[in-house]
Amino acid sequence: MSRLLDIVTIVSVSGGAFFFLAGSVGLLRFPDTLTRLHALTKADNLGLGLVVIGLLPQAGSLRAGLELICIWLLVLLSGATISQLIAHTVRATDRRESSAAHMPGPPL
Amino acid sequence: MSFQTALELVLAAVVLGVAIWAIAAPETSAAVVSYVAYGLLLALIWVALDAVDVALAEAAIGGLGGVLLLGAAARLRATEAQAKAERPGPAVCVAAAMLSALVAAAIAAAVLLLPVPAPTLAPAAAANAAATGMANPVTNVLMAFRAMDTVLEKVVLLLALVGIWSLAPDNRWGGNPGLRHQADPRGVLAFLARLLAPVGIVVGVYMLWNGADHPGGAFQGGTILAAMWLLVTMAGLMDTPRISSRRLRLVLVAGPAIFLTVGLGGLWFGAAFLAYPQAYAKPLILGIEVAMTLTIAVTLGLLLAGAPERSAEP
Amino acid sequence: MSSATVFGVCGAVVIGLGLYGLITSPQPLRKIVAFNLVGSGTFLIFGVVARRGAVAGLGSDPAPQALVITGIVVAFSATALAVALLLRFFQATGSATLRASAPPSTASDTSPG
Repeated sequence: MSRLLDIVTIVSVSGGAFFFLAGSVGLLRFPDTLTRLHALTKADNLGLGLVVIGLLPQAGSLRAGLELICIWLLVLLSGATISQLIAHTVRATDRRESSAAHMPGPPL
Repeated sequence: MSFQTALELVLAAVVLGVAIWAIAAPETSAAVVSYVAYGLLLALIWVALDAVDVALAEAAIGGLGGVLLLGAAARLRATEAQAKAERPGPAVCVAAAMLSALVAAAIAAAVLLLPVPAPTLAPAAAANAAATGMANPVTNVLMAFRAMDTVLEKVVLLLALVGIWSLAPDNRWGGNPGLRHQADPRGVLAFLARLLAPVGIVVGVYMLWNGADHPGGAFQGGTILAAMWLLVTMAGLMDTPRISSRRLRLVLVAGPAIFLTVGLGGLWFGAAFLAYPQAYAKPLILGIEVAMTLTIAVTLGLLLAGAPERSAEP
Repeated sequence: MSSATVFGVCGAVVIGLGLYGLITSPQPLRKIVAFNLVGSGTFLIFGVVARRGAVAGLGSDPAPQALVITGIVVAFSATALAVALLLRFFQATGSATLRASAPPSTASDTSPG
């Protein structure tokens, strides 16, 4: 039984690590801020979620398991909020820059 | 080479890489973000060194330091061009590199030549743990065996705060630190502040309470409370207090004052300054820690808010 | 090679890196970051000393750990004071350079900046 739990842990944590890797590759390779945010949220949701699911069989007690899930929920909450804030700022900056570009400039 | 050593080498290499980027990045904001990441990875090293209390403190205060430095980098963005023009020439850089390499090599040699068996105070700390009745040895050392250091540290925090307040322009003295943050009250940041602040307060108090027997303590709990206060302030839900407010000054002084009072009481009722009478050691220490946590939370939050920038008169 | 040795050498290298950054970065904010790196490397050396003092029942010596916790908080407050000084300097003079220049009231004379 404990061997089965260990296999679940190894598979889940490896899957979580893969999503972390995918998120980091996306962060480095995607062209602009919004697509990079999209890649990072994969690391947050799926990556950390799979790692937490993998660690749950190894948690000693119900309380430790609940604490792990709480950590995941808190990271989800803060990650989602930060992504929204960054995306708002990017859009506001883009809008400001494009309206400045449309203003008539000095004659060339 | 064992698997654990390989993992530690990888962790040390990653930390060194992030530290190098913090020094070498062309943009100041990139360097500051790199420094924040370095702080978080350092918390992992502390766990690998079996120092969990230090890991908690590093992770918590690293976050606050990141907010401080990022805010400063944003305000100083206009000076980037001038700073780039003032880069020292290659001769200075090579000389600095040689000096740094020499210092690093000397310290590494000192680390490798540390005496074996290592001198340690751990047996003394473990033997005297019954004096306070708390199971966390680091809390014992902080609050009982080396309480003098902790008292002095509280005073240093206050002095730093007074130093920052003294930088206010004359006409702004007594006013509110920092600019008034105006976030959309129905926006995401306000939502996060309303949702996260109660959770954060519970976590902070839990960390203070749990520090008696498990890793944690007043500093870690106080830092989390300060972070929640900053979040609420940045979301515009609360304004920074006026520094001329008497209640604020009372809270700031409460921690060190209570600590010093108990310490002086030790002169009369106990054996020496900061000696706790055996029967009342744990309740006294817990009382001091509660006052300390409040003071640390408010002091750290105010250290981050900066000098007053809005005048006291409306 | 024990964990203490690996992280001790890592701490020494971080101190060297911070020293290099302190000397060569022209932007004062980056000097502050580099100074924090020097401090953080020193705390790592403390942590290594604590780890080597481990004894049965205690993973590491608690006395250096307490010193490091105190040091981290004090380093943060010193950084806050330094950043406040820098921002006030920027507010007062409009530039964030440490290079000495002629005071503005004597701008009429031709001494080099």
